[in-house]
Amino acid sequence: MKIALEIKGLKAAINGTEILHGLNLTIPKGEVHAIMGKNGSGKSTLAKVMAGHPDYEVTGGDVLLDGKTILGLDPDVRAREGLFLAFQYPSEIPGVTIANFMRAALNARRPEGQEIDAVEYYNELYKKMDLLKIDRSFTSRAVNDGFSGGEKKKNEILQMAMLEPKYAVLDETDSGLDIDALKIVAHGVNSLRGPKLGILVITHYQRLLDYIVPDVVHVMVDGRIVKSGPKELALEMEKKGYDWVENLVSA
Amino acid sequence: MSETLSQDKPDLKIDQDQGNFSYPEDYAFDAGTGLTEKTIDYICDAKEDPDWVREFRKKALKVFKEKPLPTHWASKDLESIHFDDFRYYLSKGAKPKRTWDEVPDDVKKTFERLGIPEKERAFLAGVEAQFDSEAAYSNIKKAVAEQGVIFVGSREGLKDHPEIFRKWFGKVIPTADNKFSALNSAVFSGGSFIYVPKGVKVKHPLQAYFRINAENFGQFERTLIIVDEGAELTYMEGCTAPKFDSVTLHSAVVELVAMKGAKLQYITVQNWSPNVFNLVTKRGLAHEESEIKWIDCNIGSRLTMKYPGVILKGRKARGEVLSIALANSGQHQDTGAKMIHAADETTSNIISKSISIGSGRATYRGLVHIPRHLKGCKNNTECDALLINTESRTDTYPAIVTRGEGNSVQHEASVSKVSAEQIFYMQQRGLTEGQAMSLSVNGFVNDLVRQFPMEYSVELKRLIDLEMEGSVG
Repeated sequence: MKIALEIKGLKAAINGTEILHGLNLTIPKGEVHAIMGKNGSGKSTLAKVMAGHPDYEVTGGDVLLDGKTILGLDPDVRAREGLFLAFQYPSEIPGVTIANFMRAALNARRPEGQEIDAVEYYNELYKKMDLLKIDRSFTSRAVNDGFSGGEKKKNEILQMAMLEPKYAVLDETDSGLDIDALKIVAHGVNSLRGPKLGILVITHYQRLLDYIVPDVVHVMVDGRIVKSGPKELALEMEKKGYDWVENLVSA
Repeated sequence: MSETLSQDKPDLKIDQDQGNFSYPEDYAFDAGTGLTEKTIDYICDAKEDPDWVREFRKKALKVFKEKPLPTHWASKDLESIHFDDFRYYLSKGAKPKRTWDEVPDDVKKTFERLGIPEKERAFLAGVEAQFDSEAAYSNIKKAVAEQGVIFVGSREGLKDHPEIFRKWFGKVIPTADNKFSALNSAVFSGGSFIYVPKGVKVKHPLQAYFRINAENFGQFERTLIIVDEGAELTYMEGCTAPKFDSVTLHSAVVELVAMKGAKLQYITVQNWSPNVFNLVTKRGLAHEESEIKWIDCNIGSRLTMKYPGVILKGRKARGEVLSIALANSGQHQDTGAKMIHAADETTSNIISKSISIGSGRATYRGLVHIPRHLKGCKNNTECDALLINTESRTDTYPAIVTRGEGNSVQHEASVSKVSAEQIFYMQQRGLTEGQAMSLSVNGFVNDLVRQFPMEYSVELKRLIDLEMEGSVG
């Protein structure tokens, strides 16, 4: 059994159109991997398929979390097994505070009748907020309701910190962020890096990888990983452009 | 080799037996099915009604028989009520109990099944709880009694306190107000009578639990509450009903009177089984500088028709209706509010939130009336609807009639949906589909619920959780 998030020959379709054409990728626990790819290459599809979004149909392959398949499990079961997805476009939940939302999410991981103690919860929450440099008043706001792009992403990272997943997939976490917000979010991710967490950063731009420096970079074209390499690959990509990789594929 | 991580699907099941229980029908008095003058005589004899009540009931029966069903504006589903199939009177034949020890065991068992927490049960020591048609338990908290507060069943009210009872009974809601108020006036039994003397501020909310416990048994409580000058009272009413296959009819009348400067808050959380017709008339009469507030939560039932109202009779009187309606598949919540401004500088506020799930249907009907000759009146109306899946339906019929100058009305309405993306987002955090929906709904009603007394907001949350989890999968 491999202690990793493994994607093996994954094929997936939406409305009958195949988007992922047999994708292979392994993220060992403790490492940070990045997927770079153009719009439409299937990056976000990959994230949603792993999380179990009902709109997508898996037509082949497997996704294994520490050796066990998670395909076929409901999205909430996958989450409780330790998979976290930081959304590109997080949903708003009017009337539900961030604090209450995360508390409900934590309680969902515990047996009934053994709900997390309020004092214990807030201690943990404030510890994480200090770590991520998030203001205390933040969690009394309704989840993503009227949030700026930066606030939404900050909220995703805070949830990731609180839920302590085994593997986290960050879907275009840099989209819609100015440089200051980007730095705050990157600081958050970096402070959560460690041997207990495997991270997959999905991005369109190399810029984010200046702040979250990956161990391995993968390039995705048309629903497949076409090239993998050390962090320098991101810079090469930036310099030579996506056409370079696409030419590599077609050659 | 790969294996499935977790064989266990998240447990969406709720205790289906919750509320689905009844006890042997060992009623000492049973008027049989159907409604004739003989039924009225039977009820009067059994209850030892005074003559004026017998006469009142018989007049009401005539009005009820003459009045057509309001199907020209309301649901045609009313036509499926077969009035002849109901029992109109059942009684334990026992006098209302005074202490907890004297309460029959099956009643205590009911409280237990309803999941009323231990400390809340202790709280019930100061509480009037109705079990079927008579008050099974009635223990006025000593302190309340010492303050001169009368808190008894309607039967004791009309017998022992006729001087106050008769003055207001049927005055806020006349028999002929509508077909169902007439029905209630003919066969009423049970319900509470409360009088709070001048200047007395009742600290603890008075509380009553209502249940229906016999098949085909229509329950017709009659509640009359009078809060005298400068006095204050909060009254809480909660309902859950067992599940039966045949139709159950519930038609209550609640009349509130707030004298000069009084404050009266009436809170209802109802959770009916899906076969219940709940056709209720509730109205308050607010004198000068008084305040009447209805907090009304309707969950369950096949059809609920309920439009709590306030007649703002005295200068600077204030009326408020805060309501939450949750219509699950096969259910229709037809609710709303009435504000009749009848004096200068009166203000009213209506906030209505409805949730429709599956094929559930929520209708809001509002009536705000401010006649031409009045000055300085204000109304604010807000209606928000939440739809969960595309089948559900919501309608809003606000009728706001404002005449004259210097009166202001404000009306806002919104319809929103719980989207599949929102549910997926919450599931990705580890919440089951049911928990996710429940959280969305609780979020939607949150700003209203925050105004409720603590124990009721907790109970409401629990009811929403059960309802939402039951509606998934």
